[in-house]
Amino acid sequence: MPGYNARYPRNTLTTMYSPDQDYAPSRLKALLWRLRLDPILVAGLLALLVLSSLILFSASDQNNAVVLRQITRFAFAFTVMFAIARLGTHTLYLWTPTLYVLSLLLLLAVLVFGASGKGAQRWLDLGLIRFQPSELMKLAMPMMMAFFFAERRMPPSMRDIAMAFALVLIPTFLIYKQPDLGTALLVASSGLVVIFLAGLRWRTLLLIVATFAASAPVLWHFMHDYQRRRILTFIKPESDPLGAGYHILQSKIALGSGGFYGRGWLQGTQSQLNFLPEQTTDFIFSVYGEEFGLLGVLTLFSVYLLLVLRGFYIAWNAQDSYGRLLAASISMTFFIYFFVNVGMVSGLLPVVGVPLPLISYGGSSMVTLMAGFGILMAIQSERRLLTK
Amino acid sequence: MQSYRLRRLTVQLLFLLGMGLLAARAVELQVFKHDFLQQQALSRHTRVLEIPAHRGDILDRNGEPLAISTPVASIWANPRELELTPELAAGLSQLIGIGQADLMEKIRANGDKQFIYLKRQLQPEIGEAVVKLGLRGIGVEREYRRFYPKGEVFGHLLGFTNIDDQGQEGLERAYDEWLSGEPGAKRVLREGRGRPIDDLDLIKPAKPGKTLQLSVDARIQYLAYRELKAAVEANQAESGSVVVMDPMTGQVLAMVNQPRFNPNVRSQLRGRLYRNRAITDVFEPGSAVKPFTIACAIETGQFEPSSKIDTSPGLMRVSGFPIRDSHNLGVIDLTTLIAKSSNVGASKVAMQLAPADLWNVFHQVGFGQTTGSGFPAEASGVLRDYTQWYPLDQATLAFGYGFSVTALQLAEAYSVLAANGVYRPVSFVLNDQQEQAQEVLSAGTTQKVRKMMQRVVQPQGTGYRAAIEGYSVAGKTGTARKIVGGAYSEDHYTAVFAGMVPADNPRLVAVVVIHSPSAGHFYGGDVAAPVFSKLMSAALRLLNIAPDALEARAVSPRRGGAI
Repeated sequence: MPGYNARYPRNTLTTMYSPDQDYAPSRLKALLWRLRLDPILVAGLLALLVLSSLILFSASDQNNAVVLRQITRFAFAFTVMFAIARLGTHTLYLWTPTLYVLSLLLLLAVLVFGASGKGAQRWLDLGLIRFQPSELMKLAMPMMMAFFFAERRMPPSMRDIAMAFALVLIPTFLIYKQPDLGTALLVASSGLVVIFLAGLRWRTLLLIVATFAASAPVLWHFMHDYQRRRILTFIKPESDPLGAGYHILQSKIALGSGGFYGRGWLQGTQSQLNFLPEQTTDFIFSVYGEEFGLLGVLTLFSVYLLLVLRGFYIAWNAQDSYGRLLAASISMTFFIYFFVNVGMVSGLLPVVGVPLPLISYGGSSMVTLMAGFGILMAIQSERRLLTK
Repeated sequence: MQSYRLRRLTVQLLFLLGMGLLAARAVELQVFKHDFLQQQALSRHTRVLEIPAHRGDILDRNGEPLAISTPVASIWANPRELELTPELAAGLSQLIGIGQADLMEKIRANGDKQFIYLKRQLQPEIGEAVVKLGLRGIGVEREYRRFYPKGEVFGHLLGFTNIDDQGQEGLERAYDEWLSGEPGAKRVLREGRGRPIDDLDLIKPAKPGKTLQLSVDARIQYLAYRELKAAVEANQAESGSVVVMDPMTGQVLAMVNQPRFNPNVRSQLRGRLYRNRAITDVFEPGSAVKPFTIACAIETGQFEPSSKIDTSPGLMRVSGFPIRDSHNLGVIDLTTLIAKSSNVGASKVAMQLAPADLWNVFHQVGFGQTTGSGFPAEASGVLRDYTQWYPLDQATLAFGYGFSVTALQLAEAYSVLAANGVYRPVSFVLNDQQEQAQEVLSAGTTQKVRKMMQRVVQPQGTGYRAAIEGYSVAGKTGTARKIVGGAYSEDHYTAVFAGMVPADNPRLVAVVVIHSPSAGHFYGGDVAAPVFSKLMSAALRLLNIAPDALEARAVSPRRGGAI
C-alpha cells in the first residue's frame, strides 16, 4: 500500500510527546506514555497478574515454584508486549502478509512433522524450544483480515467477502485438524469479527448463520468422538456424573459452594481436596469462584470488562481502518477467550480446552495475549501521536 | 458510515450481552443455587464409613483363647476412578501380592463397577503402605480377621466365619448373634482420590461382640483330639468322634472328630472335612444302648440285676428274623447280659416290656430328638414312635438296631445314667442356665445299671480295655454293622464305647465312636475302648479327681479275658 507511509510518517518518541487535556499529566502516566504503554491496559493486566498469582498459589497446593514461574512468564510476555507497542502500526501493517503466510506454513509443518502432546499435534519441536504455530496464527489472523479490508472499498464486494472467508477458514481448518477445536474457534472468530465490522451484509450474515445451522448434522458427522461426547455431556451432564459430566458437575459445585463471599483463600474444599480437574489451567476459574465467591468473580469480571472496553475505545478511535479493525478484533477475541472458558467452567458451554486468559497457568497463550495487548498499545500510541 | 456505527454497536452489544450472561450465571450458581450446590459438595466431600465391630473372642472354660479377631487391612478399588500407570500397578501388585497381569485384568473386567476388593485381609502394615502410594481410586478398609490359635483341635467345634466375619459353621454360627457386634458409622472428609483424610464426626460407635466362654476344656479337648487321631490312624478307620461331658451339668468338655480340618486354612473348608460328625452324623449304636433297655426293665420293677434269662442256644427268631449272640451264653443274669453283651438276652427282656415304657426311656434320655445345643445341622436321629412298632422293632431296639443316634446324643443319654437319672440338656457354654433338668429315671435304677456296667470293663467283660488303673469305670461297648448300599455290611462296622468314671459318682462321661476300622480289629471293645481308657485316665489326672479303686487294682492286676 503505497500511500500509507506518506500519510503516517514515522515518529520518534522524544519529539512527539506532549501532555494533552485527555490525560492528566502525572509522573507515572507520563513515563508510561513515553514508553507507549497504555496506563489503563497496564493496570488491568497487573490486576490479572495479582489475581492469577493468588489463585495459582491456592490451586497448586501452595506451590511457590508454580507462582514464580507464572510471574516469570508474565515478565517475559510483558517484554514482548513492550517491544510490540514500540513498533508503529505501519510496521505491523507491512509485515502482516509475511506473518500470515509464515503462520500458515508452520501450521502445515505441524501437521506433517508436529510433536504430539495429549493426543493432539500442536507443537513444533525446534530443538531448544517447542513452539505452537496456532498461537502465532492467533495474531496473524486478525492482522491479515484487517490488512485485507483496510484499503478496500466499503461495503466490500461479494468476491472480497468470499476471499476473506477463505483466508479465515484455511488456517482454521488446519488448526482444527491438529485437533484443537478451541483454538480453531478462537482463530476463526477473530477473523469473522473483522469481516463483520468491515461490512458483511446483514443478508449474507443471516445466510451464513442459516447455512451453519443446517450443516450442524454434517459437522457432527466429522467430529471426533471426544468432541461429540463433550457436546452430549454439555447438554445433559447428569447423564454421566462419573464419566465425562464429572468435570462440569464438580466445577459447578465448586462455584456454587463459593456463595457470595467465597470460602476464603486456600479454603476451597473442591480444589483443596482434588475434586477439580486441571485446576491450575482450564478449571482455574472454579477454584477462584469457590474461594473468592460472587464478590471475587464480579471483581474479576470488572477487570476483563475494563480491558475489553479499553480495547474497544482504542479501536473506535484508531486513525485508520487497519488499526480500527485490528484493535476491535483483538479486543473481541480476548473477550471470546474469556467467555468460552468461563462459560465452559460454569456449565453454559460445552467443554472446550480454552484456558482463562492471563489467569490460567501456562506460557504460550500468555505471550500471544500480551502481544495482542502490545498491538493495541501500538495503535493507541499512533493515534495519540498523530492527534497532537 | 451509518452501517459501520450499527456494526460497532452490535459488537459492543454482543460483548455486553456475553458479559451479562456470565455474570447472571455466576449469580445463579453462587446465590440462588448456593445451598443446593453446597449440599452437593458436602455429600461428595464426606462419606459415611462403616466402623467394623470386633467379633467376640471364644474362650475355653479356663479362659484359654480359642478364636480371636485381629485387625487386618483390605484393599479396594474404584475402577471408574482408577488411573494406573504400569509403574504404579507394578508397585501395587508387589505390595498386595497379586500378579500385575491379574491385577490389570481384574480391574479391566470390572471397569464399570465402582467398588471391588483387590485383596482382603492383609497385614495392617501393608494397608498403610498402600495408603502411602496415594493412588486415585484405591482405598484401604480396616476389617477384622478371625484367627483360631488351636487350629484343627477345635476346628469342628468352633466352625469358622466367612470373609465378612459372619459365622458359617459350628459354634461360630450357633452363637453368631452373640459374638458379632454392631458395626458403627462415622462421617469422614474425603478427597478427590476417594481417600478419607479426616474424621468429621462419629455417627454411631461400633458395638463390639460379646465374649463367648465355652464349657469345653482345651486340655481335655487336646487329649481327645490326640487319642482319637491316633486310634483312627492305627485302625485305618474312615472317621471317628469323641464326646466328653460333665454329667452333673450337661456341659460338653470336649468334642473332636476325624477327619479333621484347620479353620485357619481356607482351602481345607470342604464339607467332608469340616462336618462335625459327632453332631451331624447318625449311626446305629448297637449294643451301646443295652444299658437303657436294662434300665427300663429295672425301672418297671419287672426285673432285677440278678434276674435270670435263658439265652440258649444263642439264637432266636423274631418274626423270622434271626437274632444271634457270638456264642451260647446259656442262662445268665442281667449283669452278665450287659457284661457279655447278649443280643438274645436283651431282646428277650425287651419283648417282656410294654412298648410305651421302652420308648419312654429311650425318648426321655434324648434319643430321636436334637439335643437343643443349637448347633447348625444337628441331626436328631430316628426313634420311631412305639405305636408303629412291630415285635421285631422292639427286639432289635433292645440291642441298638433299627434306630439311629448321634455321638452327642449317646453322651447325653449316658449322662442321665451317670447323673442318677437326671436329664440335663447339652450345653457348650459355661454359665448356661440349667432350667430344664428333670429326673427321667430313678436314682436307684441308674445306680444298679452303673454297677452292672462296671462288669463290662472287668477282665471277663467286652470292654476290659477301657479300664483305668485306680478308677472304677462303668461303660458299654457296641459293635454295629453299618448299612452300606441298603444292606448290613459284612466288613463295615461302627465301633463304640460309651462310659463314665468314677462309676459310683461319675464326673466324666465319654463316648468314642469309630467308623469302619479296617486294620483287623472292629469290635468296640478293641477299637473304641482303649481310646476311652487313655483319654479318661489323662483327663482324671488333669482334673485332679481322686482315684476310687486303689484296692481294685490290687485285686485284679491282670487284664485280659474273653472277646
